[in-house]
Amino acid sequence: MKQHRLLILLVVLLTVLTVTLVAAQDAVELRITWYNDGNEGEVLRELLDRFEADNPGITVVLDDIGYADPNVYHSTIQAQVEAGDPPDLARVNNVALFIGDYLDLRPLVKDATYYETSFSEAVLNSLRAGENDTGIYGFPLQFTITAPFINRTLFEQAGIEVPSDTRDDVTWDEWAEAAKQVADATGTPFAIAYEPRGHRFWGFVISEGGSWFDEEGNFKVDSPGFRTAAEKLIGWNQNGLSDATIWANLPDGPSLARDQFTNGQVVFLYSGSFAVGGLANAIGDTFDWSAVPNPSGPGGSTGSPGGSLLVAFAGTKHPEEVARLMDFLTQEEVLAEFSQRSSFLPGHLGLAEKGLDYEANADVLKVLSAEIPKIHEQAYRLQYSEYAFTYNRPIDNRLSQVIVGDLTLDDAIIAIQQDVDEAIKNAQAG
Amino acid sequence: MRTVLDFLTNTRGKRQLSRGDWITYIYLSLGTVLMFGPVIWLALSSFKPQSQLVRFPPTLLPYRQETVTVAGYEQPLDLYTVTLPNGTTRRLAQVSRVGIEARMIDPAQPDEIITVNIKDRQPVESLYFGADNYLRGVVAFDFWRYFRNSAIVTVVSTLITLLVNSMAAFGLSKYRFKGRDVIFVIILSTLMVPLSVILVPVYLVINEIGWNNNLIGVIVPAAATPTGVFLLRQYMLTIPDELLDAARIDGASEWRIYWQVVLPLAGPALAVLAIFSVTWRWNDFLWPLIVLSRKELFTLQIGLNSFQGEFNTQWDMVLAMTVLTLLPITVVFAFLQRYITTGIATTGLK
Amino acid sequence: MTDIPYDKPRVVRFRLPLGFLSDLLHGAMHLVDLVVVPVQRRLGTQRMAYFFVLPNLLIFAVFILLPMLLNFYYAFTGGSALYPQDRPFVGTDNFEALFNCQNVFSPNPTTCQEDIFWRAVLNTGTFVVFQVGGMVLFALVTALALNRKIRWRGFFRSVFFYPVLLSPVVVALIWKWILQRDGLLNALLIAFGSDRIQFLLDPNWARFWVIFVSIWAQMGFYTLILLAGLQSIPAELYESAQIDGASSWNRFRYVTLPLLMPTLLVVVVLSLIRAVQVFDQAFALTGGGPGTATTYVVQYIYNTGFTSTSRQAGLAAAASVVLAGVLMLLTVTQLRLGRRAEVEET
Repeated sequence: MKQHRLLILLVVLLTVLTVTLVAAQDAVELRITWYNDGNEGEVLRELLDRFEADNPGITVVLDDIGYADPNVYHSTIQAQVEAGDPPDLARVNNVALFIGDYLDLRPLVKDATYYETSFSEAVLNSLRAGENDTGIYGFPLQFTITAPFINRTLFEQAGIEVPSDTRDDVTWDEWAEAAKQVADATGTPFAIAYEPRGHRFWGFVISEGGSWFDEEGNFKVDSPGFRTAAEKLIGWNQNGLSDATIWANLPDGPSLARDQFTNGQVVFLYSGSFAVGGLANAIGDTFDWSAVPNPSGPGGSTGSPGGSLLVAFAGTKHPEEVARLMDFLTQEEVLAEFSQRSSFLPGHLGLAEKGLDYEANADVLKVLSAEIPKIHEQAYRLQYSEYAFTYNRPIDNRLSQVIVGDLTLDDAIIAIQQDVDEAIKNAQAG
Repeated sequence: MRTVLDFLTNTRGKRQLSRGDWITYIYLSLGTVLMFGPVIWLALSSFKPQSQLVRFPPTLLPYRQETVTVAGYEQPLDLYTVTLPNGTTRRLAQVSRVGIEARMIDPAQPDEIITVNIKDRQPVESLYFGADNYLRGVVAFDFWRYFRNSAIVTVVSTLITLLVNSMAAFGLSKYRFKGRDVIFVIILSTLMVPLSVILVPVYLVINEIGWNNNLIGVIVPAAATPTGVFLLRQYMLTIPDELLDAARIDGASEWRIYWQVVLPLAGPALAVLAIFSVTWRWNDFLWPLIVLSRKELFTLQIGLNSFQGEFNTQWDMVLAMTVLTLLPITVVFAFLQRYITTGIATTGLK
Repeated sequence: MTDIPYDKPRVVRFRLPLGFLSDLLHGAMHLVDLVVVPVQRRLGTQRMAYFFVLPNLLIFAVFILLPMLLNFYYAFTGGSALYPQDRPFVGTDNFEALFNCQNVFSPNPTTCQEDIFWRAVLNTGTFVVFQVGGMVLFALVTALALNRKIRWRGFFRSVFFYPVLLSPVVVALIWKWILQRDGLLNALLIAFGSDRIQFLLDPNWARFWVIFVSIWAQMGFYTLILLAGLQSIPAELYESAQIDGASSWNRFRYVTLPLLMPTLLVVVVLSLIRAVQVFDQAFALTGGGPGTATTYVVQYIYNTGFTSTSRQAGLAAAASVVLAGVLMLLTVTQLRLGRRAEVEET
């Protein structure tokens, strides 16, 4: 008798387990692999709620897997794509990684020409497999421009003019000097925090007169401009203008740099437009801050362009629903709201031209928008190359070694070139 | 006083403390501070608001700025102690700040605006042990969902570990059969290869089976621990074979011998393995990270990772959530500590 | 229930308070028995061992052995594809790349193809020597202290064991919080009139703290093993040594140490294997920096194979094959040495 009872119990238990493990799926569920720089996830969620209300039977889930390391983020998606189990959509920056695995939206969306006229051709091309490929695989969620931010309250306390308030072109040395004076006068621990990412370094090198390509158009790191920029960066770290920990501990570096700025521990931060929402949120009312134009040099004044894209993967089981979602999200009003509330620069050409009425951080974003036309052609070439990310990591890895004294700058230059060449060779091997 | 001193300096043997005893006590006390202090510091810090966390030098106990509600203002205003130009100090509430000037009011006379240089004001703070960080964290972080996933993984995986490892240990310790030593060496040799090294092929295998994005993909692969087999085998070797033979003569099947003779005798070793398995699975990070990419399946450790992000670390909530993830393990340990520590000692991992 | 004598020693017994679960368990086991008995009839008693070993072995084979074999194959292939069949076979190219280094003791990108690998090897070597040395020393001292007749022994034992339960990520977070520029330790230093030290910026300090923190986190486990070894030494041996007038150092040298040797050997082997595999906790604490000062071999493998922009899985696999080879060699040598020592003593 007892055995019977046990048997029943067992069966019940097993059934419960199976029912919980095998979740029933009636409605179409779209999944977006995602990360957050600021509040954009919350904004998008609200927009998606509206989409779901208009399209009963479709639910959209945001999977925030964190962006602590950009390469881990992309490797995770890459592994899923290769294994034939990709998310339906994803927010990605390293778009070259998935070329050939994207879903072509051209036959699925309502109006393909709208995509072609609304988004930059360079961006759409960066998703394509070659010149004959005319597919539409995604769209830019935001446009990024790297630029400096300053703590204006510290300038005011020190009684020092903000250089760019009175002049157009301010050199890196002038900024460094001004920031140092402010830091000294106000007892702020550091003058400059430079986000330790190779990408943030592209523009710096170009404005110091450097070039990133040789005559045949191949990536070449060694140039007088690279040396000048690198020596400046190394100098700030050695002279105590910067906290060398930022470059010494690369994984934590970017958040450490921004934490120092939001905590009022540094006068001048080099970051990018993607950070505005997060900075504003963390700073709140504790001090006044703003973006300032990129410093200039013999090569002009330029930041590095960038931005993240929302792409669709061919492995999806619901291509039509994905296209419907894309059509919804790319609408001008929707993108306008998304950009405004997330404090993002729009990737939509029409919106960029019109300009947006930002509710918050309007002044900061105005300065940043003005930086876009100044972007150097080489900076675009780096960003929209299929090896954009390959030109990134070796630079910060090796400069980090120079800053802590592991390598000389000469050896670092050789090493960056080797690392990039080796990675390209490996990528081409298949 | 005298008796207290006597009490402290007496040992169990009722003799006076020798120099060696003194050194021992000093060593162990310093050790206690060093081993436990950092965790206490984490716990204390987890109550501090973000503005306190970045302050240097840090305060030992958590403080929080006091606020006051003033008629005519919707939000509560921050309270400051202000040094006025004439040298007197007053308690004022801040209405707004422009550059280096703060506009402040006296809560008692809300009409008069006083302009103060921000250098001349000090926040009014009081000790605070509230659950603010925790409450905000639990909501922003989806704590309960991750907690549930972690709990399922930990419990189920540990049960499977106990069963599967003890079966293998029984087979390896109580039978002579062809290939026994080879199997044992193979199992031990996997100690040499950490997971982080075979990440890519592991992902491949999990995916081919179709267990990615499924808790079972975290539960089963981790269950066959080499350490568990080793520990249980060593312990079962000490169980006399005569007991088994006696049971066989009584007509017990091999399976019956396993679960009615050997398993109960291996209790202490099983308990030790259970504790280790619970902590391993609860703390697992890399494996769940590659297997699970859907938010609703995240375990606490992956959730915590995605919570930190590349952007500004919200230390107040991160610290609070870290303390919450420590809590279950700590509570289990606090209740079972005597059993665990003596268990490890008596199972004699030799 | 109230008449329990006040001073009666209470025996704490471990019992699951879930009676129905244990009923359930018995029922399930009984059901299994019904299935297993016919199997036993067919296999015979001795070969039932295969039945018992099978489930564990199966999980092992699929999730550890198979990936290990795949990994071994990866070591001879190139490219960044995931599936083995898509990867071009490159022979021993990956191994040659790793060993293409003129001076492995001062790795430099101009003379070493994979200079980071050799830096990682050197860092790992230093880490292993100091971490294992330091940990065995402190674990032994702590075990000796806990083996004395003192008050609050259980309390101390638990305190020293507690960090073992913490996840590597949490351990790193706790110590980062203490060691950072504006952390607790710098506050203490300044309070005592010293200068601020950027602990994770100076390569030698960073190496020291990685070692310190990993000893902190693991020591309790080895302490308990050593304590068990100490408690199994018969008290009579000490008594007779005392009667012979041996000093306490001599008692330690000639009684404790030789009898503790087997346990000590286990501790050394286990901690050595773990030390060579150092990764997660160190990575979470320092990110491998400053520069490459705390980049260890497993981190090199993880970075190269999983997180680099162009996943060089072949190179990473080759490095892991080298790592596994070194570990096997170390373990076998140690066990040999240990066995020989035992033979000599008996």
